[in-house]
Amino acid sequence: MSKPRTIIEKVWDAHLVSERAGAPALLFIDLHLVHEVTSPQAFAGLRERGLRLRRPDLTFATVDHSTPTTPRTLPIVDQIAATQVAQLEANARDFGIPYFGFQNHNQGIVHVIGPEQGLTQPGMTVVCGDSHTATHGAFGALAFGIGTSEVEMVLATQCLPQRPSKTFEVRVDGRLRPGVAAKDIILAMIAKIGIAGGTGCVFEYRGSAIGALSMDERMTVCNMSIEAGARAGMIAPDQTTYDYIAGRNFAPKGAVWDAAVARWSQLPTDDGAVYDKSVTIDASSLEPMITFGTNPGMGIPITGAVPDPSTMPAGVERESLAKALRYMDLEAGKPLAGHRIDVVFIGSCTNSRISDLRAAASVLKGRKVSPKVRVMVVPGSQNIKRQAEAEGLDQIFKDAGAEWREAGCSMCIAMNGDQLEPGQYSVSTSNRNFEGRQGKGGRTFLASPLTAAASAVTGVVTDVRALPGKV
Amino acid sequence: MEKFTAFESTAVLLPIDNIDTDQIIPARFLKTITKDGLGDQLFYDWRYDASGAPKADFVLNKAESKQAQILVAGDNFGCGSSREHAPWALTQYGFRAVVGTSFADIFKGNSLKNGLLPIVVPADVHAWLFENPGAVLRVDLAAQTLVLPDGRKVEFPVDAFAKHCMLEGVDELGYVLQQADAISAYEASHAAPINTLQG
Repeated sequence: MSKPRTIIEKVWDAHLVSERAGAPALLFIDLHLVHEVTSPQAFAGLRERGLRLRRPDLTFATVDHSTPTTPRTLPIVDQIAATQVAQLEANARDFGIPYFGFQNHNQGIVHVIGPEQGLTQPGMTVVCGDSHTATHGAFGALAFGIGTSEVEMVLATQCLPQRPSKTFEVRVDGRLRPGVAAKDIILAMIAKIGIAGGTGCVFEYRGSAIGALSMDERMTVCNMSIEAGARAGMIAPDQTTYDYIAGRNFAPKGAVWDAAVARWSQLPTDDGAVYDKSVTIDASSLEPMITFGTNPGMGIPITGAVPDPSTMPAGVERESLAKALRYMDLEAGKPLAGHRIDVVFIGSCTNSRISDLRAAASVLKGRKVSPKVRVMVVPGSQNIKRQAEAEGLDQIFKDAGAEWREAGCSMCIAMNGDQLEPGQYSVSTSNRNFEGRQGKGGRTFLASPLTAAASAVTGVVTDVRALPGKV
Repeated sequence: MEKFTAFESTAVLLPIDNIDTDQIIPARFLKTITKDGLGDQLFYDWRYDASGAPKADFVLNKAESKQAQILVAGDNFGCGSSREHAPWALTQYGFRAVVGTSFADIFKGNSLKNGLLPIVVPADVHAWLFENPGAVLRVDLAAQTLVLPDGRKVEFPVDAFAKHCMLEGVDELGYVLQQADAISAYEASHAAPINTLQG
């Protein structure tokens, strides 16, 4: 009987091209997703070296980061962004890469469209020049973000030299209470282990609460693995996974499908496999979470209070908290609920999928957003946008007074025209609350779509469970 | 990539934990299709005011920082996005090493591929560096030591393969390209997952 292995080790082992003493292992990459921001210098490198793309059939490109979310009938007015988009289009054409361009009906956030198209499948290795590539781990893929030098390496060789990571079990048992979402699981986990808690590790999320999540929710959880320092986070595939993939554009069909499911069902971690690290979270005790500070680990239950640096021992950690509160202009010891906001952003690769939009719409239906607040709803892909419109969600948002926009990264990264003004506060369903992340001088409270929608109605940070007439 | 040789320099001190890549280079500067000009945008929102004028109290704007090739920062430097623009900006400004107690994974990997050496030191040495501004430090990658002014040699870990590449001035792509036969063999024996992608 061979040694019991985790899913992390199984996927790693299955992709080893070579192992040589003194050098990292060479890992084969099954799927390489490419976007406009982190790829131009990689393609330039290929041209300088006279190299071709090794596997255009395993490479897909789209535009999402620097593209505006205004109507697609309008041109990209930012000439620098337009040049970047045109460069990817040229690179895709020159190197023979399938490309979902700005006007393509399949365009969307790269981590939304990979799964949506059925490109992301269990047991794969998936890379992209973007740290939120961890999203694809929701399918039992080993998926991680890479730099541009590595993008060039994968384009040229379909391989990456890699050292194995430590395995880190994140066990989440119990049932989420009403008003508590997948986003709250991951925000609570990051608050618990810290933003460097997973450095050097790959997470495996497991337990009854994880098994009960939909694929959209699992993607929300895996997406933010990097915010706890881990390059990747995985969830073993199960019937929920297979049901999601079946029938999608690039999913296996017929006998190939049956063989794929048989192969995928071997992936879950063996009984008796040992993890290097482990943490346990009780889902039934979780409350809606919200961040108060300038990194995703600075999160509290929405019923809680902003921590007080003066109660901490002197040192860099206390200074960092004090610095964060100065930037956020928040008073220590006070609750965050009730704090004024200027913008609500519902979108990003964390929370822009159809179930996220349905959750937000369930709160906004029959209500109006506060006249003091700008509310932006940005679907993750053109397909999701059409589906939401078919379900009438767009009308709910528009009737409530929210903006219904085109697909893209939008205000999560503030390099496409969607951004906060200096000093503004937002409740955002995105993944990062770093200083200036959503616009220079902007201040971000990260939360779930339910919390974001509830806050949109009241104009202040709001516990969705306290909204009149809403559980 | 140039060969990474030993050097001596003073250090810029930035005693802040969790400096993320959005601070190292804000996303709005990532619309470029080249690597040019990123050094001017390093720490832009900490370095310049709303009018674009340098903030006098930010350490990078002080005269003694101009020639420094070492940056000393807090825990978990480089967390956040995978943008390689972060080490590009740091090296274009003139940094060749960043010293801290820990580094984010992707940033560390990106730095090693760009001639920027992440140096992890023990907490007491880290504290000493912050208490001694202006100290001239020696970075010796071959010996894997950071040498303090009193001659004390602080050893630091570095991946053996990355060290080899930096000292020889070669990049990893060349190494991987040499393994074309092994890659072809892998591809030939693993047809199934690939076929599924042909939709």
